[in-house]
Amino acid sequence: MHFLGAHVPSSRSVTVTVRFLARYAELAGRETVTVQAPGPATVDSILARLSEVLPAAGRLPAKPLCACNFRQVRGTELVADGDEIALLPPMAGG
Amino acid sequence: MPFLTEQDLQVNVLAAEVAAADRGAIVSFVGTVRDHHAGRSVLRLEYSAYAEMAESECEAVILEAERRWSVAVTLRHRIGQLAVGDAAVAVVVASAHREAAFDACRFVIDEVKRRVPIWKKEYYADGSVAWVDPTAPGGTVPSERLDA
Repeated sequence: MHFLGAHVPSSRSVTVTVRFLARYAELAGRETVTVQAPGPATVDSILARLSEVLPAAGRLPAKPLCACNFRQVRGTELVADGDEIALLPPMAGG
Repeated sequence: MPFLTEQDLQVNVLAAEVAAADRGAIVSFVGTVRDHHAGRSVLRLEYSAYAEMAESECEAVILEAERRWSVAVTLRHRIGQLAVGDAAVAVVVASAHREAAFDACRFVIDEVKRRVPIWKKEYYADGSVAWVDPTAPGGTVPSERLDA
């Protein structure tokens, strides 16, 4: 895992791990990236920061299905320091 | 209990998990690897999952079914490489009578497909590889990694 954030860390910033699953890992060229955003941060604000820290993430859909700590969430949900945000392609089990 | 497995699925073993003297009906659904998809010849599949979330979603689906009907449910989903004809997913439901068992079995497989984070990559006879994506036109999106 690498920290690619461009902003100077502040005591109020939130640092999360963004995980790319399945096809999204192919598009992003990696499985995880660490993203830092000014707090309070939401899933959407983390997504907005994503292509700044990892240009290849610009190839992902703008509004992917997301999970926070293994639970599906809306983009407006707040995230906390240390959370894992997973970007999930459309499910295809069964 | 792990619902994801790399082992062959055995319906009779799963049925034994839910069988009981007061359950007179056992219904199973087994999804197998088909040799074609959208007109293309499929050689094999590779399943991957967001494991920790997939396990908790499988558990949630089972609990919902067991709350809604008077049933006992078990399920397994394969991950890794599968060949045509292999069982990819198995749901087994036992109940006192058949109606609840059929209804709950249908509910569980539909919910698994809808919300458990599992993905499949199809390898075709023509050498191409694609991710299955029910939301994409034609139902697949080409893979970028030909070696994977």
